Amino acid sequence: MRKHKWPIEILGIILGIIWLSPFYLMIVNSFKTKREMFEDTLKLPAGFNFDNYIEAFTELNFLQTFMNSVLITVVSVLVIIVFSSMAAYALSRNKSKISSFIFFLFVAAMLIPFQSVMIPLVTIFGKLEMLNSAGIIFMYLGFGASLSIFLYHGTLNGIPKSLDEAATIDGANRFQIFWHIIFPMLKPITVTVAILNTIWIWNDYLLPSLVINQEGMETIPLKMFFFFGEYTKQWHLALAGLTIAIIPVIIAYFFAQREIIKGISEGAVK
Amino acid sequence: MMRTRDLSYWLFLAPVLLALSMVVIIPLVFGIYYSFTNWNGIEVGSFVGLKNYLAILDDKEFLDSMWFTVKFSVVSIILINFFGLSLALIVTSKIKSNKFLRTIFFMPNLIGGLILGFIWQFIFIKVFAGIGSVFGIQSLEGWLSTTQTGFWGLVILMSWQMSGYIMVIYIAYLEGVPGELIEAAEIDGASPFQRLRYIIFPLVAPAFTVSMFLTLSNTFKLYDQNLSLTGGGPYNSTQMVAMEIFKTAFTESEMAYAQAKAVIFFVIVAVISLTQVYINKKREVEM
Repeated sequence: MRKHKWPIEILGIILGIIWLSPFYLMIVNSFKTKREMFEDTLKLPAGFNFDNYIEAFTELNFLQTFMNSVLITVVSVLVIIVFSSMAAYALSRNKSKISSFIFFLFVAAMLIPFQSVMIPLVTIFGKLEMLNSAGIIFMYLGFGASLSIFLYHGTLNGIPKSLDEAATIDGANRFQIFWHIIFPMLKPITVTVAILNTIWIWNDYLLPSLVINQEGMETIPLKMFFFFGEYTKQWHLALAGLTIAIIPVIIAYFFAQREIIKGISEGAVK
Repeated sequence: MMRTRDLSYWLFLAPVLLALSMVVIIPLVFGIYYSFTNWNGIEVGSFVGLKNYLAILDDKEFLDSMWFTVKFSVVSIILINFFGLSLALIVTSKIKSNKFLRTIFFMPNLIGGLILGFIWQFIFIKVFAGIGSVFGIQSLEGWLSTTQTGFWGLVILMSWQMSGYIMVIYIAYLEGVPGELIEAAEIDGASPFQRLRYIIFPLVAPAFTVSMFLTLSNTFKLYDQNLSLTGGGPYNSTQMVAMEIFKTAFTESEMAYAQAKAVIFFVIVAVISLTQVYINKKREVEM
């Protein structure tokens, strides 16, 4: 009965193709030899030549780099989840002026752009000899806690305090109450917090470039400059390298896209 | 209830308070102090008053980067919101491919800005030139080698990346528009344009504010895409503020001077964010 939607359908599909075309061009050209690339970037490659991939994989030391990224991202996100949820719990169960002030402090910190604290941050942590993996995880806690506490706080306010009180009467202490009763109830918001922080930390370039830019410690974004020399660009290797770097993200996206899109829109609208 | 004199209260808060103080609060306070000295990164040196701030007024490179950032932000905000809303209207119009399209439009947001910048550098430099020579379109050649093409390159990259993000926000509001309202208007003979103008737009108005400020804060603070797409070139003409501050500090080693610029940057960003908070609060009251 309704009118045909096909003009909109076609428009949508055309836009979809346009949106995908950069990825298509990247992948198609990543299979070309240096010479083929020089001749034409539009036609299909002569064959599926994996030489670029093998070379890029080796030059990027990809296994090591990937593990560096995984380690820093996973540990930082776990640290953020544990400590932000605990802090938000304390702030939601104590409604004093001190709590409101601390909460305000975290929210206000969200207004501060990274560039405004970057220079003293690096010099202070340099003096403390903390420009390493442990240091960067601690920094991610400092920068990531605000949004995470804010999100947890909103949910915690909706969990009745009578639950805590019942557990107190049964003799449980604060840590037991939080970890055994409250934290399991926070699972949906924990998923959101985990997604938002993972995307941010996994893709972050500037902070690791200042803190852990040493041989063997680099995360994936830091290694992306490898094929972009000042005067020479090895496009055939660069495109293979970029594709390798994107694959893990795309795999994760296809497994968890509903949660990811939901998490991002929740984080943005609040 | 937890009491502020309970040890557990402070134990729960200690890790994040320590991290926030050391990573944000102390560097910010020190940074503001350093900006009034001739600090060189190692020694604080002496107090120089407003010297650093006054020097900024004559710093053509910084002022140029500020102007470039403002122009870039304004154009990007308009285009990103136009595309974001259009994409949202398309995927919520009950077409068959809607799930698939949402996935595609959103995808660039999961990938780091640095990587996206490199991919588009390839498109602009190699693919554009290829298309240009095949079809004899001169204007497609030499992209990113002029200020103009660098500017539009950044705008295109950011529109492609962020439209899908803004789309998600508009979708959240569009799905709240009651279907009966649209159908009633259809029966009353309202054209698709009239339905858009008189029913859908007023109902998604709050989404405009949210999206506008999200785009603004993202484009104003842009660094990664700027670095990988144009690197600020040619001749620093596409350099944005974040990159200019970085360069003053770590390439030119003028720490105190760079910090003064960083403080100005902080004030601008804070004013933008506070305006948003104020507008949101005001709207909530009206509703």
